[in-house]
Amino acid sequence: MPHAEHGHEPILQVRGLVKHYPLTQGVLIRKQVGAVKAVDGVDFDLVQGETLGIVGESGCGKSTVAKMLVNLERPTAGEIRYKGEDITKLSGRALKAVRRNIQMVFQDPYTSLNPRMTVGDIIGEPYEIHPEVAPKGSRRRKVQELLDVVGLNPEYINRYPHQFSGGQRQRIGIARGLALRPEIIVADEPVSALDVSVQAQVINLLDQLQNEFDLSYVFIAHDLSIVRHISDRVGVMYLGRIVEIGSDEEIYEHPTHPYTQALLSAVPVPDPEAREHRERIILSGDVPSPANPPSGCRFRTRCWKARERCALEVPALAVPAEFRYERGPAAHDSACHFAEEKQVVP
Amino acid sequence: MATVASEASAPGEHRPSKLLEVRDLHVEFRTRDGVAKAVNGVDYAVSAGETLAVLGESGSGKSVTAQAVMGILDMPPGRITAGQILFQGRDLLKLKEDERRLVRGAGMAMIFQDALSSLNPVLSVGEQLGEMYVVHRGMSRKDAKAKAIELMDRVRIPAARERVGQYPHQFSGGMRQRIMIAMAMALEPSLIIADEPTTALDVTVQAQVMDLLAELQREMNMGLILITHDLGVVADVADTIAVMYAGRIVEKAPVHEIYRAPAHPYTRGLLESIPRLDQKGQDLYAIKGLPPNLMNIPPGCAFHPRCPLAQDICVTEEPPLARVTYEGLVAERRSACHFWKETLDAAR
Repeated sequence: MPHAEHGHEPILQVRGLVKHYPLTQGVLIRKQVGAVKAVDGVDFDLVQGETLGIVGESGCGKSTVAKMLVNLERPTAGEIRYKGEDITKLSGRALKAVRRNIQMVFQDPYTSLNPRMTVGDIIGEPYEIHPEVAPKGSRRRKVQELLDVVGLNPEYINRYPHQFSGGQRQRIGIARGLALRPEIIVADEPVSALDVSVQAQVINLLDQLQNEFDLSYVFIAHDLSIVRHISDRVGVMYLGRIVEIGSDEEIYEHPTHPYTQALLSAVPVPDPEAREHRERIILSGDVPSPANPPSGCRFRTRCWKARERCALEVPALAVPAEFRYERGPAAHDSACHFAEEKQVVP
Repeated sequence: MATVASEASAPGEHRPSKLLEVRDLHVEFRTRDGVAKAVNGVDYAVSAGETLAVLGESGSGKSVTAQAVMGILDMPPGRITAGQILFQGRDLLKLKEDERRLVRGAGMAMIFQDALSSLNPVLSVGEQLGEMYVVHRGMSRKDAKAKAIELMDRVRIPAARERVGQYPHQFSGGMRQRIMIAMAMALEPSLIIADEPTTALDVTVQAQVMDLLAELQREMNMGLILITHDLGVVADVADTIAVMYAGRIVEKAPVHEIYRAPAHPYTRGLLESIPRLDQKGQDLYAIKGLPPNLMNIPPGCAFHPRCPLAQDICVTEEPPLARVTYEGLVAERRSACHFWKETLDAAR
């Protein structure tokens, strides 16, 4: 675990994070009839300089977590502590100062860049809000430096987004994220819109920038092999909660939660030799609606191990009792009453 | 490969087992900014029961080729400038539109990536499935509805009888893709073209849908063309792979051979850019540069500006899709690289 080695304090501590979107009915008299529980109690730490990967299927709440981390959404409940200070309670000047340090890179490089602004204006826009980072006279030079850092020609500063390919646009998005010299970057599916041959270029760039600027990443993606490559620790989300979290080796080699096992086993492996002798766990059905999640363990409706206890008791995200006195890699946080180690990746 | 096409103008004699043969297909799009050459001489063939994976990035021409085969290419701006598409021995490009329509659905059918935008939002799924039988088989509405329920059962949609009257938006993504599959299977075609059928789905649902597709294919002994960019999906289901780049097939091989040792630097680059366990903490292999602009495809080998092996000959001469041979190779394997031997040796 990185915090043991470096003795670093977590730079970000997330506790009991909840986001409910109200469901309303009626036109004149609006009344709340329920809530979409997009995120429903998420805890994790982010250590300085590490990459925390968050994986999960669509609708699991991973993007909502990302938005709350950069304050694009206000949590319904819970805390996000940046260096010990709860940023969900901040406003005004104090909030602005914190936001500078937590920046975001978005998924879709086609819609997240304003088509009517030049690249220079897009990357330099953060300086309008935080002029203390770069005084007016030095901005153009700063933007050109950033273009160079992300591997684009600094002469492209006056071009428009449509003049760039998808991979180059994602580099522009990354340059914008770096403009304010943040400590934390939240990247929400930063490569999933890109072609395979270009994905690797962007992943390498993110890796290199992390070393250069000592960045901490929250890396959200659904591609499990990319998450494994870039992450120090990985959290698996299902229906608004983290079901298992640990180091990349603990999660990928020694998963103990049935959902993680099913997810890993479903990933197509680029090796035709593996297709005969690999065991696939095919889950039945679809993810239930987050407006009406199952009682107890949320995964129980699709779980092959589910018993009565799973419907009654919400399993806590902790080291399962059977592994508590072990020191092995199976002893990591897993929210399952019947956690069992199982190797699924050949 | 124009010579091959002209030699074999009497089809069906020497290769009767081929269900579909695409020969030297060329497709271009006329736009205001110029002519985009989307497909530049593609040859491939599929037999009954075989799965051919067509692998490529966006703009490689994989989907345009499939649209030309299905006869659903937008013309204009698209134009088929040369080639033949032989389906069960008949050249589809010589058929009239009403003859072509009979082939679509009954002879071959297509599954699209995005089920929500491919289904009609204002018709119930039962009506859309039943329509196939009303139009092609002249069934009554009542019989067609019974058939629709049968189809939904077959693609394992739970409670088919109750759900037959529901609309596409009432189904989840995985269920909608099953409805697409059901629609494609309705008239029991001999060829299915699936264009990125699971790209929009989550991994656990993707596995369910691919399994279903493979099972139905086996049952009905259909030919399947799977168009995808996902090397994992290909490894899971394909028999043969055709890798496309800039509108051409650059490598064609049995699935086991290509993953063991690619014979084209582009394929090799794709395979190596997948993160592997032993590479943790190192840079990923990345193919340098960008896919080419189809209005301005590089001369010679289109891949040469991005290729680590490129020599002078690669700029001046377009490499043919040459036969690859080595000891132990039984099936046909081809690579469009002047240096396929070197590439293969480096990988082995």
